[in-house]
Amino acid sequence: MSELDLVPPPAGPDLLDRPSPTSATDADQPRGTRPRSHPLLRPTSLLALLVVLLVVLAAMAPGLFAHASPYDSDFAHKLQAPGGSHWFGTDQLGRDVFSRVVHGTSLTLRATLVAVAIAFGVGATLGLLAGYLRGLVDTVVMRFVDILLAIPSLLLALAVVTALGPGTIKVAVAVGVSSVATFARITRAEVLRVRSSDFVEAATVIGLRRSAVLARHVLPNAAGPAVALATLELGTAIIAVSSLSFLGFGAPLPQPEWGSLVAEGRDYLATAWWLAAMPCSVIVAVVLSANRISRAVGKTGRR
Amino acid sequence: MTLLRIRGLSVGYRTRHGIVDGARDVDLDVSEGEIVALVGESGSGKTTTAHSILQMLPPAAIVRSGSVRLEGRDLLTLSERQLRAVRGARVAHVPQDPGTSLDPLRRIGPQVAEVLRIHGLASRREAAGEAVELLRAAGLDRPETRARQYPHQLSGGMRQRVLVAIALAALPRLVVADEPTSALDVTVQKKVLDHLSGLVREHGTSVLLITHDLAVAAERADRVVVMREGRVVESGPGSQVLDRPQHAYTRQLIADDPSLTVAHRGRRPSDGGTAPRPLLEVSGLRKEFRAGARGAAPVVAVDDVSLTVARGRTLAIVGESGSGKSTTARLVLRLERPDAGTVVLDGTDVTALRGRELRAVRQRLQYVYQNPFASLDPRQSVGDIVSEPLRAFGLLDSAAQRRARANELVDRVALPGSVLARRPAELSGGQRQRVAIARALALGPELVVCDEPVSALDVTVQAQILRLLVTLQEESGLSYLFISHDLAVVRSIADDVLVMQAGRVVERGTVDAIFESPQHDYTRELLSSIPLHGRVR
Repeated sequence: MSELDLVPPPAGPDLLDRPSPTSATDADQPRGTRPRSHPLLRPTSLLALLVVLLVVLAAMAPGLFAHASPYDSDFAHKLQAPGGSHWFGTDQLGRDVFSRVVHGTSLTLRATLVAVAIAFGVGATLGLLAGYLRGLVDTVVMRFVDILLAIPSLLLALAVVTALGPGTIKVAVAVGVSSVATFARITRAEVLRVRSSDFVEAATVIGLRRSAVLARHVLPNAAGPAVALATLELGTAIIAVSSLSFLGFGAPLPQPEWGSLVAEGRDYLATAWWLAAMPCSVIVAVVLSANRISRAVGKTGRR
Repeated sequence: MTLLRIRGLSVGYRTRHGIVDGARDVDLDVSEGEIVALVGESGSGKTTTAHSILQMLPPAAIVRSGSVRLEGRDLLTLSERQLRAVRGARVAHVPQDPGTSLDPLRRIGPQVAEVLRIHGLASRREAAGEAVELLRAAGLDRPETRARQYPHQLSGGMRQRVLVAIALAALPRLVVADEPTSALDVTVQKKVLDHLSGLVREHGTSVLLITHDLAVAAERADRVVVMREGRVVESGPGSQVLDRPQHAYTRQLIADDPSLTVAHRGRRPSDGGTAPRPLLEVSGLRKEFRAGARGAAPVVAVDDVSLTVARGRTLAIVGESGSGKSTTARLVLRLERPDAGTVVLDGTDVTALRGRELRAVRQRLQYVYQNPFASLDPRQSVGDIVSEPLRAFGLLDSAAQRRARANELVDRVALPGSVLARRPAELSGGQRQRVAIARALALGPELVVCDEPVSALDVTVQAQILRLLVTLQEESGLSYLFISHDLAVVRSIADDVLVMQAGRVVERGTVDAIFESPQHDYTRELLSSIPLHGRVR
């Protein structure tokens, strides 16, 4: 977007106004900076993409990865350490931990996506309205946002989920609501910048309705930072969703959510470390990967 | 005696697409006490050349060959430490933008005194007093007060004088002035340039004046050097370059410069009242802006302005920044709401319209912005930009029809159909302004308000856009309300002229009357500020 600097005027018959800048003809001169690979194609990003891809696949088709049932107990093989037949070991009821983690993916991931969608949807809408309508709407909305920001987000999520009651989607709503404020702020700032630009006014002059100006010119030009924030928010939301589920607000047992898996394993930390450590490592890996990708995406936007 | 001797200077810039030439094999001499003007359009290499003298090139630049000798010493071989002794003391620089070239957090006096202290020309105690003298010499009123003020408390012209004072403080042998006045109003420009030339004549300083304005160059300089695409294409005494240009490019520059060549569009008699009524009738327009603290007196931007635009004619509003000309345009377009007065378009009072009715008026009244880099949505393709007005009014339902109309529109502004798929960032400034004009024409308006439509463009591009506006008017009987600070441009396009100062109309008349027998003092002052005014008829 900010690439106004070195874009050469297009070649062709249409150079009515000015001659093209002198082209670089000297092959013997030192080249400019080495062309750098696309941020998403660097090794760490590729690894992160692979992790996220596997997680998405596991959410959509857990059967592909885990053949054992996540619910069937097998007391003969309870609390077995990780090994060939049980990659992540088994729990106190002899259930396959790997299988439970894989089947838990869809619950956790769904909650995360819903949370980010709520934060993005509600937050961006509030910011858009506040920034575009200004006046009373702006004042009321932004003071509300200030109040939200004054409360620590996990505390806010806890309060909301306590009011709503337990359940995967309710956890998602709570996490979403707790991050509405940042989206509202960042969107409002962008909208304020864009709406004062000439091309937005020009859209009014050519007779566009206010709603059309908003949808066609203000929104697309102001959305960038909020989208970048949304990718970053994915990682944070996974942690928040897992935290609430760890505290017991998620799906009722025996459904396996990543957070509740960690909570179950906590009681056996001294004797069977893998019960908590395995789901934890998965959470860490996914969050790190999501952040890595979001950074790469952010860089792409700035190139 | 040659002071500065540049030989075979070539400078390139590293970019992602390889190395792009900035200056190619430039030879340039400046003698003692001589004023040399370096003229060219944006990208011609004039600033690159100037910055190589002071070794202030950006990091991406590489000097490939050549020498820059000042008093026999090659500046290109000096170390950074040796250069510091040259900068400011032997060669000084007057930057382009007075708005950003002074430290906003420091008072004016110390900023001037700093040069003296750095070069050991005055002690801390003496420097303050000398700074005041320098400010006085630079033509600032009440220099003692000014020295205690901050940059934001000074106007653009005063800041430019401060920069001149700083440049001349250490009595350098050479002053490099990079477009020193292009950000200023014409009358201020004249004063600053008058002063700069007076000071340098007094001290026998040489000046390298970088400018895009051939008229300014020819008026001020002993010698004019014309650059294009990084090369020097012509050089010689100002009058010789103007009267007997050798290079085709110089001839084109002269032909395109409205203050050197008057593009007479033929005197068009007014319709003599045969038309039932003028297209636009504005009367008693007033607009106040509230600024600063609550209770402070509001600023009157537009005060009792009345004007009429007849069908098929062009009315120009001329004035300097802050004269209220742009606000008047915006009031006519109903982008601002007037505090008093009426705007009548073709017999219909549009002053109080809103919503649907106002949108209907937009079909007949269009706007072309000053800055084509800001007025086009960077995310839209040219095709979308040009056909958006049609969609807004639900004209031409099928996409194929709209495409056909978009093709027709870009053709009218002399752009090839291939631009439709491009985005604004891929186009040059002139091409973008053509796109903006095409968009304004899409609805077939009767009146187009143009706010400084060419002031962001190079002279040759400027001339092309002005010719396009005239052609469009002749083809379809458009009326223009043309806002400009540039009297020379106005002369080449307008039928009638309105001169504004401080929100009021001070003079009005036909373009001939204004230019040949101006009545108001302010109009005369504006006219005398056109470089070389009176030379060209």
